[in-house]
Amino acid sequence: MSNIPETLRYSETHEWVEDLGNGRYRIGITDHAQQLLGDLVYVEAPDAGKAVRAAEVCGVLESVKAAADLYSPMSGKVLEGNASLADNPQYLNEDPYRKGWIMVLEAETSAYAELMDAAAYAKISEA
Amino acid sequence: MTQRTALYDWHVAHGARMVDFAGWQMPLHYGSQLAEHVAARESSGFFDVSHMRPLDVTGPDARQLLRYALANDVIKLDTREGKALYSTILQDDGGIIDDLIVYRRGPNAYRIVLNAAGAEADTAHFQALVAAQNWQVTLRQRPDLGILAVQGPQARTLVAKFLDWPDLMDLEPFTALERADFFVGRTGYTGEDGVEIITLNQHLPMLVEGLLAAGVQPVGLAARDSLRLEAGLNLYGQDMDRSVSPYASNLTWTVDLRDASRDFMGREALAAERSRGIGSRLLGIALRDGIPRHGYVLENDAGAVCGVVTSGIFSPSLQSGIALARVDAAVEPGSVLQLRIRGTLKKALVVKPPFLRQGTATFSFPEGY
Repeated sequence: MSNIPETLRYSETHEWVEDLGNGRYRIGITDHAQQLLGDLVYVEAPDAGKAVRAAEVCGVLESVKAAADLYSPMSGKVLEGNASLADNPQYLNEDPYRKGWIMVLEAETSAYAELMDAAAYAKISEA
Repeated sequence: MTQRTALYDWHVAHGARMVDFAGWQMPLHYGSQLAEHVAARESSGFFDVSHMRPLDVTGPDARQLLRYALANDVIKLDTREGKALYSTILQDDGGIIDDLIVYRRGPNAYRIVLNAAGAEADTAHFQALVAAQNWQVTLRQRPDLGILAVQGPQARTLVAKFLDWPDLMDLEPFTALERADFFVGRTGYTGEDGVEIITLNQHLPMLVEGLLAAGVQPVGLAARDSLRLEAGLNLYGQDMDRSVSPYASNLTWTVDLRDASRDFMGREALAAERSRGIGSRLLGIALRDGIPRHGYVLENDAGAVCGVVTSGIFSPSLQSGIALARVDAAVEPGSVLQLRIRGTLKKALVVKPPFLRQGTATFSFPEGY
């Protein structure tokens, strides 16, 4: 059973999005996603200033055994990345919704509105 | 229909993430692959490897069958009961059908442990050889047996104590002791000291409960893979298959050519390969930056492709990317190649496996790497 906070929104590619206000959104992967991936050892996310597109690959998440694509849940511009993940990729496993955040995007409010709420995400992640 | 080992319910009850592996439902991990890896390296871990299949080979011609079917020579086992040998089974063209461990249990009595994926086909292969030669051999599959590997620096001590077999402490590597329902070999797939226990399925739950209480941790297939790769041990189907010979798979040491009169399957093809020159070989690579994965391509300084990764991981013990790679025969350990990772080139140091021996790296990155 995975943890799905009510206050966040979710994509079909298993990212969470937190509304920080003023068109800024913090992004990470869900508890369900980190469970599927196993122990993460390397994260490669887009640099600040880079444009990303919804549902497109923007980086990579590597566990001991496998590399998985990182998708962006919405289109926008990267404002900031989580520099602490370079030395602490285990934050994605230990604390996926807080210390394990991946990047902050500048994006359209309408894109945020299209994302799933916790109840909808619970359905697809536990199906 | 996927099969379940005798410990299936135990794994589920202990939080294992179960996956289908070679037709078996097996534990991938029990929460953290990394913690399980560390347990096996630093203290002890147990692994349900009951998907691997014991096959008992007996009869007046058992030794003759194995001297013909295996590239290594079971004559090495004649000195003592309980001795074990690692070998490949080859096709006539020298390609590897499978790899296995064979134990001698007595005159013309052997126990083989086969990989899950190949067990049925391997048994049929042996049966066909027996029929063709009209040998007197009985092949007995043992679905009533399961296997528990217990690995790590503390493993043998804890098993000796739990089974109350003090003589396990004197057991030599690649040798087995057999008593009552338990067959315990000092073998493994992690590069650590330890044993593999073959016993009746019904004894397995009691065994894991006892070992857990003694402080041995359960370890899943994910850590089994990172442990074996650090130890430089091949995985059949990934690092070798029917298209490559032992020479191209870092297994030259397992081909025994000493008895010139032994005409084993694949021998002629291996001799021919030797005389025309080995085309490729299996070596290791290590990266300070980047993680090598199966299928990634190696290039030399001139930008020419000179190898491909067969198994790659992030090494939990060494904290760097490591891989086995099939490279051109000219590639030498110590040289630096370029590995293409998602379009960018990363330096890859060529290493002769293993990567890790008794907890220490077998290589170091050169100055200016």
